[in-house]
Order: sequence, then structure tokens, then C-alpha cells
Amino acid sequence: MGASNDNSVHGLSTYLTGFMLALILTAIPFGLVISQSLARMPTLIAIGIAAVLQVLVHLRFFLHMNLKTTPRENIVALAFAATLILVMVGGTLWIMFNLHHRMMV
Amino acid sequence: MLGRLTIDALPFYSWVAMGGASVVVLGALAVAAAITWFGAWRYLWREWLTSVDHKRIGIMYITLALVMLVRGFVDAIMMRAQQAFALNSDGYLPPSHFEQIFSSHGTIMIFFMAMPFLSGLINIVVPQQIGARDVAFPFLNSVSLWLTAAGAALVMVSLVIGKFSTAGWTGYPPYSGAQFNPGVGVDYWLWAVLISGVGSTLTGINFVVTIVKRRAPGLTLMRMPLFTWTALCSSTMIIFAFPALTVACTMLALDRTFGMHFFTNADGGNLMNYANIFWMWGHPEVYILVLPAFGVFSEVVATFSGKRLFAYRSLVFATAAITLLSFTVWLHHFFTMGASASVNAFFGIATMTIAIPTGVKVFDWLFTMYRGRIRFHPSMVWTIGFMVTFVIGGMSGVLLALPPADYLMHNTTFLVAHFHNMIIPGVLFGYLAGYMYWFPKAVGFTLEERWGRWSFWCWIVGFMLAFMPLYALGFMGMPRRMEHYNVAEWQPYLAVAGLGAVIILLGIACLVIQLAVSVKAWRTARDLNGDPWDGRTLEWLTSSPPAPYNFAVLPEVKDIDAFLDMKRRGVAYQKPTAYVDIHMPKNSGLGPVVGGLALLLGFAVVWHIWWLAGLCALGLGTTVILRASDDDTEFCLPASEVEKIEDQRYRAMASDIRASDVDRPLFPARPIPEVAT
Amino acid sequence: MNEAGAIKTHGPGAHQPGPVDAYEQRAFGFWLYLMSDAIIFALLFATYTVMLGNSAGGPTGKMIFDLSNTIAETALLLFSSLTFGFATLALRAGKRLEVLGWLVVTFALGLGFVAVEFHEFTGMVQAGAGPDRSGFLSAFFTLVGTHGLHVSLGLIWILVMVGQVMAKGLTQPVSSRLLRLGLFWHFLDIVWIAIFSVVYLPGVM
Repeated sequence: MGASNDNSVHGLSTYLTGFMLALILTAIPFGLVISQSLARMPTLIAIGIAAVLQVLVHLRFFLHMNLKTTPRENIVALAFAATLILVMVGGTLWIMFNLHHRMMV
Repeated sequence: MLGRLTIDALPFYSWVAMGGASVVVLGALAVAAAITWFGAWRYLWREWLTSVDHKRIGIMYITLALVMLVRGFVDAIMMRAQQAFALNSDGYLPPSHFEQIFSSHGTIMIFFMAMPFLSGLINIVVPQQIGARDVAFPFLNSVSLWLTAAGAALVMVSLVIGKFSTAGWTGYPPYSGAQFNPGVGVDYWLWAVLISGVGSTLTGINFVVTIVKRRAPGLTLMRMPLFTWTALCSSTMIIFAFPALTVACTMLALDRTFGMHFFTNADGGNLMNYANIFWMWGHPEVYILVLPAFGVFSEVVATFSGKRLFAYRSLVFATAAITLLSFTVWLHHFFTMGASASVNAFFGIATMTIAIPTGVKVFDWLFTMYRGRIRFHPSMVWTIGFMVTFVIGGMSGVLLALPPADYLMHNTTFLVAHFHNMIIPGVLFGYLAGYMYWFPKAVGFTLEERWGRWSFWCWIVGFMLAFMPLYALGFMGMPRRMEHYNVAEWQPYLAVAGLGAVIILLGIACLVIQLAVSVKAWRTARDLNGDPWDGRTLEWLTSSPPAPYNFAVLPEVKDIDAFLDMKRRGVAYQKPTAYVDIHMPKNSGLGPVVGGLALLLGFAVVWHIWWLAGLCALGLGTTVILRASDDDTEFCLPASEVEKIEDQRYRAMASDIRASDVDRPLFPARPIPEVAT
Repeated sequence: MNEAGAIKTHGPGAHQPGPVDAYEQRAFGFWLYLMSDAIIFALLFATYTVMLGNSAGGPTGKMIFDLSNTIAETALLLFSSLTFGFATLALRAGKRLEVLGWLVVTFALGLGFVAVEFHEFTGMVQAGAGPDRSGFLSAFFTLVGTHGLHVSLGLIWILVMVGQVMAKGLTQPVSSRLLRLGLFWHFLDIVWIAIFSVVYLPGVM
């Protein structure tokens, strides 16, 4: 019944660990913003890093993605999607801010 | 009650519009009458419309594509006629009508001719080429077909009720926004594109899972036929590119319907972002269209040169390179929108780079032909015609990739010539070659060859006459989409282009005649053994047409050109010692139901009939939930049935002894199993 | 009797795709759909970022975002991911009633999320900060609203699965659908991380 090899004990600790990590990685950026203890740019960077880490936590602990048991084609699909997202989002930001600067739109 | 739908929506305001509407209405009535005359409604519903068989779905896709080819071509010849005569004159088409025509021409050709054609070819061929029984998700396959048909139907309905978009096939705001285009035209366009876009995305997912997960044992990725490789890459691109189209069109729809400000002039809209997101889909789309055509060329060149494809690996890597690079060049569609030299240069260089893998492919095909024993089957003729003409378009593309050059030629007829030079010799010749190549496999008899060759000659001469003048006109400064003009020097070129369109019309007539002649003479052209061209890949192992399950026993693959390898080893037609029960998916009426509801939903949203739209959405949701709760979607074909079908096939094969078999010293006489007659 | 080289009808060479393969195919197909959905969200994020400054003299993020809503929404969604995890564990253990229980809890948490978001949106609209006020607001409502719409559809899916588990039990097709629902639900929580990181937190700074 499914490809995961977690039994219920291992499985439970996986979810709880993921949950705790996610909680911490959520509390940190929220805390920084509410307390305003850092300047703008460092806060934004901290938010970004916490977000990326939390996404990885979700992928690993909730979606059980890892390089050993996850089918190769799923990883390839995710890698391709991630690459395209970087190209599309990065390209959009570069292009649109460039156009904004030159065309004042 | 009926939203903004009133009696004024009927096309009584112009003779041309009434003409178009009459053709649609009378055509639909004629088809319905013919089906009633033959008493074929039951048969049609049971065997075709509710079918989840990839081969039947493929045939329906291609039928839709060929019908829409004619429909889109009518737009083309109307435009050519207008432009040939409209020097210092209004011609016969008022501007608003001309605008609808060039908009529907592009929309139909891309979304309802090319996409269904490639979906149809891949549907028919790929499961057989990989030694599978069907695609991964047969029901979803049916849903995709009917969503595409719903989009096409919406465009056809716009000819009768209301008008079509005048904003081009790309629908740029703010002209396509609510302020400048408050009518229904752009909405028809949006919903036709959005609905068929969902169908296409599902098709992409279906094919990728099929190719990744359902290959026959021994068929490693690097043993797959090139058509399967290009199908895989094209389907991958569909999955990742169509979201961009969905986003761009949905945002435009939100602007138009709910007064939002994504692309409006005022209140913080950013119209340039539409071009940005649209072309993030638009550029991969043209590669989505051309890759399967390249796949066809690979198959045809190898088969009709009697040689293995030259440098198989380089063809695969070129295809993969195109798949990735096609997502990195989209800005070349709007070099002139005002980005800086750095931005333009980056995308210009990327655009030039992407020409390289295609060049590699052309050389690979040429080297495959070199020292081969070439047979000039119509598919091969289409392929050679492609090689000669496509390269011209490629070169004009590399020229356009230079931003300073593009500043001069953007939105001139030079651009129009370039992309038709890519799509007609590239995409269309490829699909027509595939159509003529795989027709016997799908239907059971071959197409008549002379009319196929004549059709090709009309198409290539017509294409040259219709589009080479447009390159010159672009250099002379003629913009695209002109309803009338006052530069006398242009008219002779446009007259030649008009003549070209007429010759293409002859080419289409040849296609129709070819089909009619072939159907009439089908008994003399039957493909009794399933391998009419001495093929190399697994689809030629099945019967023509194949049994519903394709293969009674899944083949074991040992090499590239798996079927040729099996023939050489003498194991191609061995009768198995025992047959097994085969599980097949059941037909389902929910596919057409989804299509019908989607069509109604689109119509309702276009005309702001909100209660109807709500009902349709509810209906669609209910249909999804019903299907998702249905665990009884397969039936069992017993082994005895399978054996009967296979024995029938062996008998047919034994009766097919052709003189050409004697001329093939490379292979032992086909070992055909003995079957009791 | 199989001769060497003959087509095998049994054994390792005669691989007929069985029901297990069918569910692997469904899972992979659904994963591909999620990847396409990720592209949609990525483009909505990109558009939002491009239109951050396009308030057209109207309300900006700082004026209308209330972090207490965001904290509630984040907590509800994160907890619902955990409870869906519990449902998955119960599924693997074959415990039907536990699955039903955790699905219901997940539904309640998800419904809470949608309710808070609905309340947030209606408040903004009533304050004159609706999606038709400016480009920035159009982008905000579409990005966050699309996510909320996905969650709402997920809630309907949970209800359907509750019905299926009650009616059919934890059969293979039902389990396969539940696992796909799990992929969907966790994916939506991942998108939410991006939403509070890109929209709300920078928005109130």
C-alpha cells in the first residue's frame, strides 16, 4: 500500500519532527518582522532563507522526498520545474524592472 | 436571464458574416442529416464518441484537425484575396471583419489544427511504438479530446452568435481589455483558448506518464524511436508551458469580467507583463508543435532510406536541448517593447543558440539519406520538401534574432513570412507526412500515392508563391495585418501571394480527393500484414488497424529499431503458446459530457449568463466526483477472444503474398504461423 | 512450452501492467500536475512582485495587511498538514476510523483557514481595497485567492474521500486517492509558505 517504507513509529516521528522544524522556521521570520529587530534587507534575507528551508522541510518530512526512495522521474520533474521557475520568475523580474526603468510603466 | 445575449448577436449586419454563419449552420445540419440517414447515431456514440481507445481518440483528433485546417484556410484565402485587391480601395472586407479573420486564422491554426493534429498522431502511434496497450490515463485522454473540441466549437459558434475577437491570435491588452473591446469577441477567444488549454495540459501529463512508465520490457530510453522521444519532450514542454498561457489569459479574463487591473492603462495596470507571460508560453508552443514533426521526419527518413538513423544520440540530445532552451528565448517576440540592450542581447543570443540543435537534426537526416536506398513514398517527398524550404525560414529566424534587425522587421510581413516558413514546411508538412505514413496503420488500407504527391507539389509551390513575396514586402516596409494600403509597389507581390493561396487550395483539394479515392478503392489497398513500408519500429508489428489491445503479448525489445531487429531474428510473428486475459478500460460517456458542459460554460461566461455558468460549473464538478468515485472502469477480454482476434490476423497475413517480398533478400521469408482456416 | 526467443506469456518477460503499476502511474501523473500548478503559482508570484508598487494612489499592503490574520491562517494550515500526516499514518496501518477522524479534523482546520481568509478579503473589499481598485490589489487577490480556491477544492476532495472511506473502506483505489490528496494538501502548505514570505511579511514591514 504505497512505496514508503515508514512504519507507524518512524512515520510518526517524521511528521512530528517536520512539524516542529516548520514551526520554528515560521516563528523566526514572523518574530523578526513583528519585533523589527533587524533592518529591512537583513530581515528580508532571513525571511527568504527560512522560507526555502521550510519548503525543504515540507518536501522531506511531509512529502517524504529523498534521493533514495523517491522515483527518479519525480525528482527530474521537480528539478525541471525548479529550473523553469527560476528562469521564468528571474526572467520576469529582470525584464519587467528593466522595462519599468526605461519605459516608466 | 440571458445575460447580454440579444437578437442583435445574429450576423444579419453583413453579407459576409451571414455567409460564414450559413456555412457553419448548414454544415452542421448536413453532418447531422448524414448520420441520421445512415442510422449511425448509436454506432457513433458507442464506438467513437465514448471511446477511450487511444487509436480512436487519435483518429478523432486528426479529423478535427483536418476540418479546422480547411476552416482556417478559408480565413487565409479571404485575407489574400482582400490584400490582392485592396490598393487604394476598401476591398470586400470591412476592417472589423478583416480583423476577426486574421484573429481566427491564427487561433484556429495553432490551437485547433496543429495541437489536435499532433495529439492525434502521438495518440495513435506512441503507445504502439513503446509496446504498450494504451496511454496511462485512457479516460483523461477522452476528456482532453472533448475539451479541445469544445474550444473549437466555441470558435465556430462565434461565427453564428456574436463576433470573434479582433485582437489577433495573441490578444494583446489594452486593446483586448474591456475598455477598448467590451464586446464578446475577445471573451470567445479567451474561453476557447483556456478550455482547450486544460485539455492540452492533461494530454501532456498523459503522454509523459505513458512514455516514462509503460514501455515494453527491454525498451530503454535510448532504444526508443525518435518519434517517441519527440513526443516525450513535446509533452513535457506542454506541461510546463501551458500554465503561462493559463495565467496570462485568466488575468485578462479577470480584467475584462471583474474589472481588475492587471493590464489596464489606468489604475496600476502593466500591459507589458501580458506580452511577457504570454510569450513564455508562446515560444515553447512553437517547439511543442515542431518537435513531433521532426519526430515524423526521423521515422520517415530512416524507413524510406532503408537505413538506421544517423547519430541517434545526437538527435536525442538535440531534442532535449531544444526542450530546455525553448524556455529561455521568449523575449525575442517583443524586442521592440523597450527593454535595454543587455536584455535584448541576452535573449537574442539565446535565440540564435537554439537554431543549432535543429541544424544538427537536419544534418543527421541528410546523412541518414546518404547511401540509403531511397523510396519516394509521399511521406518521403514531404520530408525532402521540408528540408529544402524550412532552412530558409530558419535563416530568416536567425536574422530576426538580432535585435537591431528585428527593430526594422518586427510586425512586418517579413515576420509573417518567417513564421509561416517554419510552420508550413516544418509543422504541417511533417504532420501530413505522418498522416500519409501512419494512415494504413490506423485505418487498414493505404492512401493513394499519386494524389499524395500532387498535393505536396501544390502545397510547396503554393507556399513559395504565397510567402516568399512576403519576405520582400517586409523589407519594403509593409506592416502585417493590413486591410488596405496605398503603396502601389506592393500590389504585384500581394497578387502573387494570392495566386499562391489558390494553389494551396488546390493542394487541399488534392488531399480531399486522395482520401475519397482511397476510401473508394480500399479493398485493393488493404494492409493485410500491418507492415506496408517494411518498417523498423514496433507500431508496424500490430495489425492494421490494430486489435483493441494492440499486442496480445507485449514484445520484448533487444535493440533500437526493435521491430526490424525482431524481423531479422525471425521472431516477429511468432504465435504465443498461450494467450492471457487482457484488462481493457471501459468506454465512458463522461468524456463528451465534460466537453459539452465546458462548451456551455464558455458560452455562458462569454454572454454573462451567470446562472447557466454556475450550473455548468456544478455539473463539471459533479462529473469529476462521479468519475473519481467509480472503481469499476475496466472489463476483461478473455483469452479465447484474444486468440480469435489473433488467429484472424494470422489468416489475413497468410493471404497477403506480395511480389515485393521476393525483392527483399535481407530477410528470410516472413515466418507466418499456421492457423486452421 | 516456451522456445528460446519465443514471445513469453509468463515470467519476467511478460510484464503486463498490473494494478500496482496503475497507482504508481496515477501518483506520478498527479505529481506532474502539481509541477504545472507550481508554474502557475510562480507566475502569479512574479506578477505580484512586478505590481507591488502599482497601488494607483490606493491602499498599499502596509495599510491593509493584518498579521494576526496571517498568523491564524499559517497556524491552521500547518496544523492541518500535521493532521493529514496522522491520517496518512492511520491509512498505512489500515485503521479506518482513525483515518476518518483525522480527515474530519483536517477538514475543520482547512475550513477555518478559508473562513479567516474570506473574512480578511471581505473586510478589504468593504474598506475599498478590492481587486478592482488597483493593479497591486488585483495581483494580491488573484495570488492569494487562487491559493484559497485550491484549498477550498481540497476541502471538497476531503469530503468526497470521507464519503468513499465510509462507503468502501480502505481499498486500494481509495488509498491511492487519499495519498494523492495528501500530495495536494502538503503542496498547498508549501505555496502558503511562499505567500506569507513574499506577500504578508514584507508587506507589513
